[in-house]
Amino acid sequence: MILTDLTIAEARNMLNAGDISSVELTEAHIRAMEATSSLNLFITETCEKALSKAKESDTQRLSGNQGKLEGIPIGVKDLFCTHGVMASAASKILTGFTPCYESTVTKNLWDAGAVMLGKTNMDEFAMGSSNETSYYGPVTNPWQRANEPKVKLVPGGSSGGSAAAVAARTVMGALGTDTGGSIRQPASFCGVVGMKPTYGRCSRWGMIAFASSLDQAGPLTRTVRDSAIMLEEMAGYDAKDSTCVDIGVPEYEASLEKDVKGVRVGVPKEYFLEGMPEEIRSIWDQGITWFKEAGAEVVDVSLPHTKYALPTYYIVAPAEASSNLARYDGVRYGIRIEGKDLQEMYENTRAEGFGREVRRRIMIGTYVLSAGYYDAYYLKAQKVRTKIAADFRNSWKTVDLLLTPTAPSAAFVQGEKMNDPIAMYLNDIFTVPASMAGLPAISVPAGLSSDGLPLGLQLIAKPFDEELLFRGAGILELAANFKEKPTLAA
Amino acid sequence: MSVDHKTIQKIAHLARIRVSAEEREELASELSNIFDWIEELDKVDTNDVDPMTSVVQASATLRKDNPNDGGYPKKITANAPEAVEHFFTVPKVVE
Repeated sequence: MILTDLTIAEARNMLNAGDISSVELTEAHIRAMEATSSLNLFITETCEKALSKAKESDTQRLSGNQGKLEGIPIGVKDLFCTHGVMASAASKILTGFTPCYESTVTKNLWDAGAVMLGKTNMDEFAMGSSNETSYYGPVTNPWQRANEPKVKLVPGGSSGGSAAAVAARTVMGALGTDTGGSIRQPASFCGVVGMKPTYGRCSRWGMIAFASSLDQAGPLTRTVRDSAIMLEEMAGYDAKDSTCVDIGVPEYEASLEKDVKGVRVGVPKEYFLEGMPEEIRSIWDQGITWFKEAGAEVVDVSLPHTKYALPTYYIVAPAEASSNLARYDGVRYGIRIEGKDLQEMYENTRAEGFGREVRRRIMIGTYVLSAGYYDAYYLKAQKVRTKIAADFRNSWKTVDLLLTPTAPSAAFVQGEKMNDPIAMYLNDIFTVPASMAGLPAISVPAGLSSDGLPLGLQLIAKPFDEELLFRGAGILELAANFKEKPTLAA
Repeated sequence: MSVDHKTIQKIAHLARIRVSAEEREELASELSNIFDWIEELDKVDTNDVDPMTSVVQASATLRKDNPNDGGYPKKITANAPEAVEHFFTVPKVVE
């Protein structure tokens, strides 16, 4: 038995039965981290802390008082503030930043007994779709093309390190964050399950802010059941985040026991794109067939403002980012580059500290919020956003879930899109609309492309209906029976 | 829409980011392309549409207006590049 191939659910059962210890499980994953170090999955490794926590977990278990994730080793995207462990957001500007507090979502996971192996690599400030904007270098996808194994592929982004670490068997699950697709798109590229909850389901407190009206934490795992297990522990009301909603967290794992007979699954015609690769279309058709076979009713729907979601996103997200990132000024945390006066110190620090994509997005955001342009861009975008959300609300009159592809392609080659921002932004064309409307969505690995790379399907649900989302995802998972392992896994 | 060098310089100043002459060139062309692409939104009729102001339909939670946190200036300044005692420091701004 290979310990790193276990799912969270399997490991939990074996730990409970006393067949394995958390120390053994954690040591196996530390060896896997060493074996996959060339993939650059982590910004900070916390192996010693992990081992001492694992020991505590084993003791805790003996007392019969264990948490639901007791002794389970996981990775945490380096966007979460972790007490005493550097949080860099993969940016030079936060070099050495060591939070004196713990984010609510990570605290919830540690309270449930989880063990942190390290902080995973990501796009700088979560801005990117390929994990190539990290100050700490790109992550390599553990998957390789069958006919071109030497070509290095991107893991997607921005939670690229988290998705790749789960795929490479170095962690049992990982925390990610999703603003416009940053959990779902890398999940699709790496052949894992990536879930973005409803906006307001998880606290954003202690999560370094990118676009506050869109950011949401979520799990990356190898199975739908593991996703449900992790979300159940992460979610919940938090007085420290005024947008976190005070409603009960259901038992998500239990929701997987129900089938989808009679559930209405919508297929939005606007997601059929001109020139979409044939294999993306066929995997989508396959998903439709799987739902029909499971007894769901498949319905055609229209979401007429879909094509406007991405340009709307590229006004709203940079606008919010430009104001959130104003705090990095060389005064309160991170690096300072001196100048002849205060003004020049700010300008030097921000020019040196931020990478190219982050600077670009701050500039876009500053522009659309500046005097004379606010109405034409930001206000306009927020109005279009109302219409995008209304499309979804209308669709819920006739359907319970929506089924779409997760991304318009499989993982691409490192460097391929770095000089073409719009080509890079188009990666999120299928994930951004649900983000704009704050809806829960999940990507499930559905099959392989002709060159042997994973492709995901996305399900979108009504606000706070994560239970049905997991049920639907469970059906896709069962039908797809995706068992392939990446070639560069530990 | 084309974004010219002067505009780039102005935005860079507002954003407090130093931009070299060479970068100004690149940014002007990149931002022009991005704004051309965003112009697609002009096709959407947004008359009589309210801008979205909250993502989830939920009323804000209220609490008593009492201080419930604070009192740890050392922690607050712990990550500052240059702190003196409990204070953040900046280059001299008053002669």
